[in-house]
Amino acid sequence: MHQAARARSAVSEELEVITPSKLAIENVSKNFQGASGPVLALDGVSLNVAEAEFVCLVGASGCGKTTLLNIIAGLEKPDSGRVLADGRPVTGPGRERLVMFQEPALFPWLDVFGNVLFPLKLKPNLTNEDRRDVAKYYLELVGLSRFERANIHELSGGMKQRVSLARALAPNPRMLLMDEPFAALDALTREQLYGDLQRIWKARNKTIVFVTHNVREAACLGDRVLVFSPHPGRIREEFAVDLPRPRDINSVDLAAYATQITKALKSFGKAEAPVTA
Amino acid sequence: MKRFLLAAAFFGILLLLWEAAFRAKIWSPVLLPSPRQVAVYLEGAAVDGTLANATIVTMRRLLIGYIIGFLVGLPLGLLTARWKLWQDTIGTLALGLQTLPSVCWVPLALLWFGQTEVAMLFVVVMGTLWSVVIATETGVRNVPPIYSRAALTMGSKRLHMWFKVILPAALPFIVSGMKQGWAFAWRSLMAAEIFVTILTGFGLGQLLHYGRELSAMEQVIGIMIVIIVIGLLADKIFFSPIEKFLHRRWGTSQA
Repeated sequence: MHQAARARSAVSEELEVITPSKLAIENVSKNFQGASGPVLALDGVSLNVAEAEFVCLVGASGCGKTTLLNIIAGLEKPDSGRVLADGRPVTGPGRERLVMFQEPALFPWLDVFGNVLFPLKLKPNLTNEDRRDVAKYYLELVGLSRFERANIHELSGGMKQRVSLARALAPNPRMLLMDEPFAALDALTREQLYGDLQRIWKARNKTIVFVTHNVREAACLGDRVLVFSPHPGRIREEFAVDLPRPRDINSVDLAAYATQITKALKSFGKAEAPVTA
Repeated sequence: MKRFLLAAAFFGILLLLWEAAFRAKIWSPVLLPSPRQVAVYLEGAAVDGTLANATIVTMRRLLIGYIIGFLVGLPLGLLTARWKLWQDTIGTLALGLQTLPSVCWVPLALLWFGQTEVAMLFVVVMGTLWSVVIATETGVRNVPPIYSRAALTMGSKRLHMWFKVILPAALPFIVSGMKQGWAFAWRSLMAAEIFVTILTGFGLGQLLHYGRELSAMEQVIGIMIVIIVIGLLADKIFFSPIEKFLHRRWGTSQA
C-alpha cells in the first residue's frame, strides 16, 4: 500500500509540467567544407527564445537553419559564438533539449512502446514500473495507446512522427527542437498534427524551436517566425504572429501572415522558391 | 497441413525412386544399397550407441568452436568498424582469410596441433571467425547515422550506445554472418573428420570415412543422411526463429 503510493508519486513527479528553457544564441558562425572551398553556413546569428515560446525558423533549403538547430541540440559545434540554455553554455547533446528529426529515426528493433521507453531507461532514479507508466502516459497523449505493441514498419508516416514526438517528450525535456518533422507527410495528416502539436505544447509547456521551409506551417505554429536568408545563413526578418490558438492553417488571417513572410523570403532573391502551400 | 502433405509426398516419391533404382539393378547393390539396408544400418548404429556417440563428439567440437569463433569475432568486428587502424589490419586480414576455404586450415592445424581435439576446434574456429568479423563490421558500418544521433540527444553514450543502439541495429547483418560462419564451420569440420582420425573421439565424419574403408555403402549413405538432418535442424531450430523475428520487426520480406 505504502509502496504503491510512493510509486505513484514518483510517476507524477516525473510527469510534472516543469519550467521550460530559455535560450540565448550569441553571434554563432559555422563554416562547412564544401566541394568548392568553405561555405559559410551561419554568419553571426543571434537569437533569444523565451521560456515556453514557440519559434519557427523558415528559409530555403541550404540556408543553415538545420545547422543552427543541430548546434542548439549540441550535435554540432559552432566555429565561433555560443549557445546558452538557461544561462549555461551548451557543450554537447543532452536530454534537456530533445530533437525530432525529419525522418522519424525510430529504432526498428524495438516496438512502439520500446521506442518511447528508450530515453526513459536512460533516466536514473525511476523504477521500471514508473518508466512504463510514463511511457504509457505519453503514448496516450499522442493518441497511440492502441499501438503500443506495433512494430515500427507497420505504422503510417504520421503515426511514426507521433511516436517520435512521444519519445522526445518522454524524458520531460525543457525544450523541443524540431527539424522539419512534418515535411514528408501528406497535407491531411499534417493538419491533424498541427492541432495536436499546439495542444501538447500548451499542455506540457515546452519551449519549441521548429525548423521548416513551409511558410504556412511556420505561421500556423510559431509565436514568432524568423526568416533566414542563404549564403551566408543569416536571420533577416522576424514576424510576431499575433493570432489566437489553436490556429487553423486554412484561416484567412493566417494566410495574410504567410503572404508577408513569403514576400520577405522572395526578396532575398537567388534562393529557390520555398513551399507556400 | 496441405503443405506438409505435399512435402511428405515429395520425399516419399524420392524414396520410391531410390527403391526402384535399387530393384532395377542398374548398379551393383554394393554401390547402391536399398533404403531398407540403410535404415537397418541406422537402426543398428542407433541401438549400439555408435550414432549417438559420434553425433555428440561432432556436435561438441562444432558448438565449442562455433561459440569461441563468435565470441572472438563479434568484438573484433566492432573494433574494425570503429577504428581505422583495426580496419586496415584485422579487417584486411579477415577479408583475405575469409576467401580461404576453411578446409584449407586442416593441414596446418594437423601439423601445429597433431591429431588432437585442439586441431578440430581450430578448424571450426577459423571457419566461423572471419565470417562473423566481416558481417559485424559491415553491419555496424551500415547503421544509419540518424540512430546514433537520436540516441545521443537522449543521453546514450559509449557502452550504452554500442549495446543498445549499434549492435541491435546491426543485428540483421550479424545474424547472416553467424549463419555463414555456421555453414563454413560445419563443412570444414566434416572435411577434417573425414581426413584424420582423432583417437579421443569418433565423429560423424570418421564414421563416413570408415564406411568408405569397409566399402559399406549403407553406412556412407546413412551417415550422410544424419549429417543432412543435423544441418536442417540447426537451421529450423536455431536460425529460422531468429530470422523470422528479424523479418517481423524490421518489416523485411520473408523469404
